[in-house]
Amino acid sequence: MNGVHDMGGMHGLGAVVHEADEPVFHERWEARALAITLAMGWWNKWNIDATRHARERIPGAEYLRMSYYEKWIAGLEEQMIAAGLVTRAEIDSGRAAPGAPHATPPLTAAGVAATLARGNSTARSVPQRPRFKPGDRVRTRNINPAGHTRLPRYARARQGVVQRDHGAHVYPDSNAHFLGEQPQHLYSVRFEARELWGVNAGVRDGVCLDLWEAYLEPA
Amino acid sequence: MALRVKALESLLVEKGLVDPAALDAVIDTYENKVGPRNGARVVARAWSDPAYKARLLDDATAAIAELGYIGRQGEHMVAVENTPQVHNLVVCTLCSCYPWPVLGLPPVWYKSSPYRSRAVIDPRGVLREFALELPAAVEIRVWDSTAEIRYLVLPQRPAGSEGMNEEQLAALVTRDAMVGVAVVSLPAPAAGGAGAARGVRP
Repeated sequence: MNGVHDMGGMHGLGAVVHEADEPVFHERWEARALAITLAMGWWNKWNIDATRHARERIPGAEYLRMSYYEKWIAGLEEQMIAAGLVTRAEIDSGRAAPGAPHATPPLTAAGVAATLARGNSTARSVPQRPRFKPGDRVRTRNINPAGHTRLPRYARARQGVVQRDHGAHVYPDSNAHFLGEQPQHLYSVRFEARELWGVNAGVRDGVCLDLWEAYLEPA
Repeated sequence: MALRVKALESLLVEKGLVDPAALDAVIDTYENKVGPRNGARVVARAWSDPAYKARLLDDATAAIAELGYIGRQGEHMVAVENTPQVHNLVVCTLCSCYPWPVLGLPPVWYKSSPYRSRAVIDPRGVLREFALELPAAVEIRVWDSTAEIRYLVLPQRPAGSEGMNEEQLAALVTRDAMVGVAVVSLPAPAAGGAGAARGVRP
């Protein structure tokens, strides 16, 4: 979706503020927000792509106003409601509805270290041979889906060169919408800065993106 | 937000959806166990051991796992090497993708709209905001983390560090240098030399 989250190349959002000796969390609720979000993922009711898309769907003005973990909580609440884990009334009241079933958390303290260490690989085996190889010139498609995509606007309909084949990975554009993983080859593609931004960009500079095969066509 | 998150947590605990002790363990992991000192040890090893550096640049996931750093948001790692000709800079324009096992959770500036929006279109301007001015002859190569591949910048080893061991080298390496918004320098001489570059600070 062409939302404000897709902000690569925008001006006017201010200067970068670098905080010396920044703490991991500035307030305790941020730590709880991170942990709740991770722990709820163990219900397997959604996936990382759907989670990103839930945050992208926060209305643009709100998205820009909210702090990072505010966005996490806003996205998580919508995902939990959509998955039927909680109701909006329960969130508003802070209490479980009378007669609501009592579950057993899938993530226990004893399981945290192992599950975080295991991670969640998105690599998959596919029978298809890669369509592109390093050195191939490619052009990104000019797509503007209303749903989730990881092809940013600034890199659409641009020519680049394949640097590396990362193998097949879960395709976010389908996975975010629970339409299956549809794994396909993922490539690192380099675009010259001038191809993306015009003649005032650095002549030597470049931007590399990781792009799925469906985003690319031969150039 | 503090009240809202507290209410949400108590609701989820009441419904048996989360275990508060598990939340404590997650927080402890990222506050106390996983952070940029991990990445600094990877960099120091690469500076000290050419065979390790070759493995790191060839298969960063496996090379980083050799030091025990694995898991969530680092399942697929790529290390990119800074040289006198090329300076690498990592961003996630679409959200906040960041290599957790080696750098921990991302700092606020990395997740902020100013950094996400301008790192790709104006990397030199962004680096200037970090007090890093690179010669025009140096290529800036920006890595936009659009998939589940996570990037670690291997900074240049600073001149004058030849006699240092791995532990001393690791102490020089900052989070910012491993994202590419700083370079690694030796601490300024106590007598007050030219002044330490930003990259030396933690």
